Amino acid sequence: MSTPARYWREIPQRYRYEGNKCKETGEIFFPPRLVNPSTKSSNFEKVNLETEGKIITYTVIHVAPAHFRDLVPYAVAIVELNDGVRITSMIADCDPDDLKAGTKVRIEFRKIYEVGDAGIICYGYKCVPT
Amino acid sequence: MRDVAIIGVGMNKWGELWEKSLRDIFVEAALKAIEDAGVDHIDSMYIGNMSSGLFVGQEHIGALMADYLGVTPIPSTRIESACASGGAAVRQAFIEVASGMSDIVLAGGVEKMLDVDGNDATAALATAADQEYEVYNGVTFPGLYAMIARLHMDTYGTTQEQLAAVSVKNHHNGNLNPNAQYQFEVTTEQVLNSIMVCDPLRLLDCSPITDGAAAVIVCPLEMAMNYKNNPAVKIAGIGQASDFLALHHRKDPSWLKVVEIAGMQAYKMAGKEPKDIDVCEVHDCFSIAEICVVEALGFAEKGQGGCMASTGRTAIGGEIPVNTSGGLKSKGHPVGATGVAQVIEIVEQLRGQAGERQVHNARTGMTQNMGGSGASGVCQILEAV
Amino acid sequence: MKNNGKVGIVGHGSYIPRNRITIEEIAKVWGADPKSMEKGLMLREKSVPGPDEDVITMSVEAARNAIKRCGINPKDIGAIYIGSESHPYAVKPSGTVVAEAINATPEIHCADFEFACKAGSEGMYVCLEQVRSGSIKYGLAIGADTSQGCPSDALEYSASAGAAAFILGGEKVVAEVLETYAYMTDTPDFWRREHQFYPSHAGRFTGEPAFFKHVNACAKGLLKKSGTKPEDYAFAVFHQPNGKFPQRAGLSLGFTKEQMDTGWLAPTLGNTYSGASPMGLTAILDIAKPGDLIFMVSYGSGAGSDGFVFKITDHIVETQKKTVQTRAMLDGNKKYLSYGEYAKYRGKIKR
Repeated sequence: MSTPARYWREIPQRYRYEGNKCKETGEIFFPPRLVNPSTKSSNFEKVNLETEGKIITYTVIHVAPAHFRDLVPYAVAIVELNDGVRITSMIADCDPDDLKAGTKVRIEFRKIYEVGDAGIICYGYKCVPT
Repeated sequence: MRDVAIIGVGMNKWGELWEKSLRDIFVEAALKAIEDAGVDHIDSMYIGNMSSGLFVGQEHIGALMADYLGVTPIPSTRIESACASGGAAVRQAFIEVASGMSDIVLAGGVEKMLDVDGNDATAALATAADQEYEVYNGVTFPGLYAMIARLHMDTYGTTQEQLAAVSVKNHHNGNLNPNAQYQFEVTTEQVLNSIMVCDPLRLLDCSPITDGAAAVIVCPLEMAMNYKNNPAVKIAGIGQASDFLALHHRKDPSWLKVVEIAGMQAYKMAGKEPKDIDVCEVHDCFSIAEICVVEALGFAEKGQGGCMASTGRTAIGGEIPVNTSGGLKSKGHPVGATGVAQVIEIVEQLRGQAGERQVHNARTGMTQNMGGSGASGVCQILEAV
Repeated sequence: MKNNGKVGIVGHGSYIPRNRITIEEIAKVWGADPKSMEKGLMLREKSVPGPDEDVITMSVEAARNAIKRCGINPKDIGAIYIGSESHPYAVKPSGTVVAEAINATPEIHCADFEFACKAGSEGMYVCLEQVRSGSIKYGLAIGADTSQGCPSDALEYSASAGAAAFILGGEKVVAEVLETYAYMTDTPDFWRREHQFYPSHAGRFTGEPAFFKHVNACAKGLLKKSGTKPEDYAFAVFHQPNGKFPQRAGLSLGFTKEQMDTGWLAPTLGNTYSGASPMGLTAILDIAKPGDLIFMVSYGSGAGSDGFVFKITDHIVETQKKTVQTRAMLDGNKKYLSYGEYAKYRGKIKR
């Protein structure tokens, strides 16, 4: 079993959506990067992502890994937030048939999965239609 | 840089090889390639393998395979580039021979996937995607390609029937390939009525879980004439590229930039263009992938890949036969071995040994092998000499 | 430094899951008569947490709504207390997750409270005194539960999910606390032992000697201590384990249905346990006007009640529309579940 360290390390991103912004080009990266791939600059400042955006593309997953099995069918999408940052996120509280590219969504704090019956509970972001 | 040729190939029937172990299937394929080449030794070898650690709990398979192939103490290295591991292994062998470092090098690939259940296999394959920012949030590997498919359908009007046509064609070809895992035909109706895996991809849009291995022997072109078992095939062009690991970081997720770049490198090196290619093996891990790849390699206009299979243009006898072997869909997809087997199919086509799948007068062929949702890509252009 | 000015609520927020199940759907499964269940409990439906919602996720959303309302810097929050009988972990705090999610760490005091359905109001009680003493600038008190009732038990018809969050402080107070009063005895009317999945209760013993005795005594004590009469209040809210109990208690104390109507959420929300009277208070704060007096009495089995008298200030107006209101979440965007889906989501299916 892996230790909770790997989960704990990502808390700023999973709970608070912390990314970083290149001070030279203004590009925002999520998760934060140590180097801007387009300019090679390492001059960054911390930013919190916008929490609203729209669906770029999505799928409805019918065959899922064990820890998501009870959620099927569930929707997963590439969401573009209002600051231009794109994330992969589940779309919760929706009828998958109503989704389409362009559907407006916002981030909510949700449980992602539990590590078995005795392990830690993992939280993070999901999007819900607004 | 020296010119490099392929002088031997080896693979056995792929599928659910319950009685064979990881080392068995690799050694069998390697011995076959060595015999096919007629070489009495090899100087070095590369083994493409994505995840022997997760599939059978065995790492360090470079040494393991050298040991069981009986070729120690030669250098033997495992190459990992997710599902493009096999293609990358062939490229490493090419580099080693071209550079003059070694003369006779074996490039192989192997994956033993059925020793774990479906859940664990799915989880192992998903490690090719970003664990923290894609997989954590619930996406599966088919899910990533499903999102590519949805975007392609939304943007270009690609249809479910066009996706299905890829699987129908590849099963038709695989039915003619004695090494294919699935030697049977499927109909459009069967594809469209198969169970939904990740909307819009259905079970018969997806390549299977497979045990299998493949190996080729490369040497300098000038030495190839000494090995007279088969006509030599020259590696005329080779390219490899990388891209953002996470699909969501790519500007246009439905455009496989990694394939475009690796393909361009290969075309440039070989002095060829898409119209010069007589036969091509592409990485149809999902039906949508073949559609995107034929666009990225320049066989179809951007957005127009959907009609290539449905109108017969990529069939054997069509303008650019694609996946004459049956592709990943029908031949099977033991991930680390796939890129090597693609090379084998093209070698057999250029040698004129492809039997019922033979493309008439094939002189120049191409392979395209891809890792993850398109973060790694390798292309090769092979020529009959 | 001791805070001698007004102290009270500076921002409030709530969260209600979108899933609902009707009393009729539950009654059908157990062969009970839906009409008499609805009438007897004064309940029509209840909220159900989704498989990805728990006390922590609902608390984060409610807390974020509270912060949106008052616009404070989360780093100024000096304490966070989450009251619940369904903390996701038996051992490991819920509060630290919420504190990280709202960016209030690391200079903050966290504790998880448990006192059956009273744990939410006791967080308010403790935060209030800390603000008053000057030891913290703001305190965040949350009442949240994803209550479980044993299948076919009376509790199954009411046990629901929701969260209410309050930021207490001494600047830009929207609801000043004029008086508090607490009333406790040891009365084992409802409990859950370690490792038990569902709580147990003492049937009709939960009524007169438990709920009614403590709510009435606390209310009377609070009226006396504050020198007020029921008719002085614009709103009154009581713990609401079902629709019926708070109405009966309030009417017997001299409050009117009109005073209780705004905070009476149970008929379509169910019993959110630690969230129950606090959720009612959020619905009141959503629409109250400057100068209004609010009377609140919670109840937690075991047993005790916390009472508060709030007076609405002018600052309320600017906060009310800044984020989603409780009634809007209760009445809009609902998804009705079958009993099968509900049983799956709530982990009631054995495998």
